Amino acid sequence: MDPVLLVASIMVSATPILLAAIGEMVVEKAGVLNLGVEGMMITGAVIGFAAAVSSGSPVIGFLAAALGAAVLSLSFGFLTQYLLSNQVATGLGLTLVGLGLSALVGASFEGVRAPGLGKLWIPGLAEIPMIGPMFFRHDFMVYVSLLLVAAVWAFLKYTRAGLILRAVGEDHESAHALGYKVVRVRMAAIFFGGACAGLGGAYVSLVRVPQWTEGMTAGAGWIALAIVVFASWRPLGVLIGAYLFGGVTVLQLNLQAAGANVPVELLSMSPYLITILVLVIISARGVHGAPGSLGRSFHASA
Amino acid sequence: MIRLEKRPQPSRLWTIVTPLLAVVLTMVVGGIMFALLGKPPLEAIRTIFWDPLFHPQFAGYSRPQLLVKAGPLILIAIGLSIGFKAGIWNIGAEGQYIMGAVTGAAVGLAFYPSDSVLLFPLMVVAGALGGWAWAMIPAVLKTRLGTNEILVSLMLVYVAENILASASSSWLRNPEGMGFPGSRNFKQWPAVFNDELVANTGMHWGVVAAFIAVIAAYVLMARHIQGFNIRLTGEAPRAARFSGVSPARIVILCLGISGALAGMAGLFEVTGPAGQITIDFNSGYGFTAIIVAFLGRLHPVGILLAGLLMALTYIGGELAQLMLGLPGASIQLFQGMLLFFLLATDVFTNYRIRFAKGELA
Repeated sequence: MDPVLLVASIMVSATPILLAAIGEMVVEKAGVLNLGVEGMMITGAVIGFAAAVSSGSPVIGFLAAALGAAVLSLSFGFLTQYLLSNQVATGLGLTLVGLGLSALVGASFEGVRAPGLGKLWIPGLAEIPMIGPMFFRHDFMVYVSLLLVAAVWAFLKYTRAGLILRAVGEDHESAHALGYKVVRVRMAAIFFGGACAGLGGAYVSLVRVPQWTEGMTAGAGWIALAIVVFASWRPLGVLIGAYLFGGVTVLQLNLQAAGANVPVELLSMSPYLITILVLVIISARGVHGAPGSLGRSFHASA
Repeated sequence: MIRLEKRPQPSRLWTIVTPLLAVVLTMVVGGIMFALLGKPPLEAIRTIFWDPLFHPQFAGYSRPQLLVKAGPLILIAIGLSIGFKAGIWNIGAEGQYIMGAVTGAAVGLAFYPSDSVLLFPLMVVAGALGGWAWAMIPAVLKTRLGTNEILVSLMLVYVAENILASASSSWLRNPEGMGFPGSRNFKQWPAVFNDELVANTGMHWGVVAAFIAVIAAYVLMARHIQGFNIRLTGEAPRAARFSGVSPARIVILCLGISGALAGMAGLFEVTGPAGQITIDFNSGYGFTAIIVAFLGRLHPVGILLAGLLMALTYIGGELAQLMLGLPGASIQLFQGMLLFFLLATDVFTNYRIRFAKGELA
C-alpha cells in the first residue's frame, strides 16, 4: 500500500466525522446533548447532494447542506430550550425525523452523479515530494474542516463569547445569575452544531461516495458523538479521534479490497467495535472534562 | 409575555391528551406534506389510518397484519419503557432483536429436522438469552466502568447487522438453498413454525407474549418493589441510593429485561412472519419501538395502544404506497414527526402556561 495514498485517503475519510464532531463539541460545551447528529448529517447529505446536482456547483451544495441541517437542528433547539423536552428523547426523535426526511427527499436522486469537487493545491507546499501529495492536494473542505477546528479552539480559549459559552455549559444557574442569556447562547450553539453536521453529511454524499443512497451516513453521526467523549471535550482531541477513526476505516476498506483472509463482515464491523473499545478505555480511565450542565434542561424559575 | 410555571405534579389529564394531540398535529402536518408531494391529503390520511381496518377490499388482508406488526413493537417497547423509567437509555434494541433472532434460529437449526414439541420453546429461550446477552454488554460496561450505554448499545446495532449478514450468507445459510443467501425457511418446518394460532387474526405466539408482557410490566411497575425501585432511580437517583437501591443492579435488571424481550421478539418474527434469517428480515422495529414507548407514555397500557397505532401507520403506509404512490419513506418521517410533536406538547403535562404582562420582579 502506497503510504502517500493511504494518508491522503485517511484525511478524506476522517473529514465528515471531524466536521460533525467539532460542531457537536461546541453544542455540548454549551451544556446541550444533541443526539440527533446522525439525523442532521443525513439531512445535510441529501440537501447538499440535491443542491449540488441542481445547481451544478458543489459549493452551493455545501452551503445548502449547512443551512438545511442547521434549520432542522433549530427544531431540536426549540423543543429542548423553549418547551423543555428531554434532550435524549428529542435527539433520538431528530435522528428518526432526519432519516425519514432524507429518504423522502432523496428518492428522486438515487443513481445520479454529483458534480466533482476540484482539488486545491496549496501553492508551494503541494510541490514538496511525499508531503505535498499527502497533505496539500485535497479538496477545499478538508482544509475548511481543519481551519474550523483551529477556529473553535481559539474561540473557546481566547474570546469572551467563548468564555460565556463555556460558562453556560458548566453551570447554567450561575451564568443566568450573571445575566447571560442561557437559552440564546444554547440556541446559537445548536445552530452551529447543526451546520457542521450538515457539512459533514454533504461531504459523505458529495466527495466520499459520491452518490446518494438511503441511510448512507451509516452511523457516522453516532461515531462523532463518541469522538467528543473520546476527546474529553477538547478540539485537539476531536481532531486526533476523527483521524484515528478515519485510519481504521481506510485500513479495513483496504483489507477488504485486498481480499485479506478475514470475513468481510468482521472488517465492516471493526470501526464500531473499535469505537466501543475506545469508549471503554476512556471510561476506565475516568471521563474528564464533561461540561457540568450537560444534558440538563434550563428553566429560569421566578 | 408567556411564562412557564412548573407543575408540582405532572398533569394527569394532559398525560392522556398529549398523545392524541400529537396524533392530530401529525395528521395535519403530514397532510400538508402529502399535499406538497402532490397527493390528495385527506385521501392519504384516510388510506393510512382508516382503510387498513375498514376498506371493503383490503381490510380482510390488512386487519390481521395489525397484530403481526404490533406484536414485536409492543414486546420491545415494554422492555425499553422499563429502562427509560429508570433513566437507562437502551437505544440498541434493534441489535438485541437481531441477536435474539440469530441465536434462537441457530439453536433451532442445530436440531433440524427434529419435530420435538420442546424445540420451539427451547428456541424462544435461546432467543431471549441472545438478546439478553447482547444487552449485557452495555450493562456490564456501564456498571463496571461507567461507559455510556447510549453509544455502546447503538454501536452494537451495527455490529449485530454485520453478524446477521454473515449468518445469512455463510454459517446459517440453507444448505439446500442452491447458494442463495438466507437460512432454511421455518414456514416449511411445522415443528417450529410460529404460525397464526387462530386463522386470519394475525395472532401468533409473539403477540401472546406481547400481551403477557403488558400485564407483567403493569404488575411490576405498579405493584412490585422492584418496579418502585426502578421508578425511584429514574426520578430521584440520590433518594434511591440512600434507601439502599443499588444503581448497578437496576441497570443490569432494566437492560436485561429489555434485551430479553427484544431477543424474544426477534425469534418470534424470524420463525413466523419473516420465515427465515435473511440480511434484512429486521424491519427497524427496534427503533420504532422507541417511539412506541414514548407515545405510550412509558405505561404498559399506553404502549399497547401506541403499538397498535404505530402498526396501523406501517400497514397504512404500505397501502398508501400501493394506492397513491406515496413514497415509502414518508411513513418513516410521519412516525418521527409523531414523536417530535409528542415531546413538544408534553410541555403542557409538566408546566402551566401563564400569560403575564411584562416582566415581574
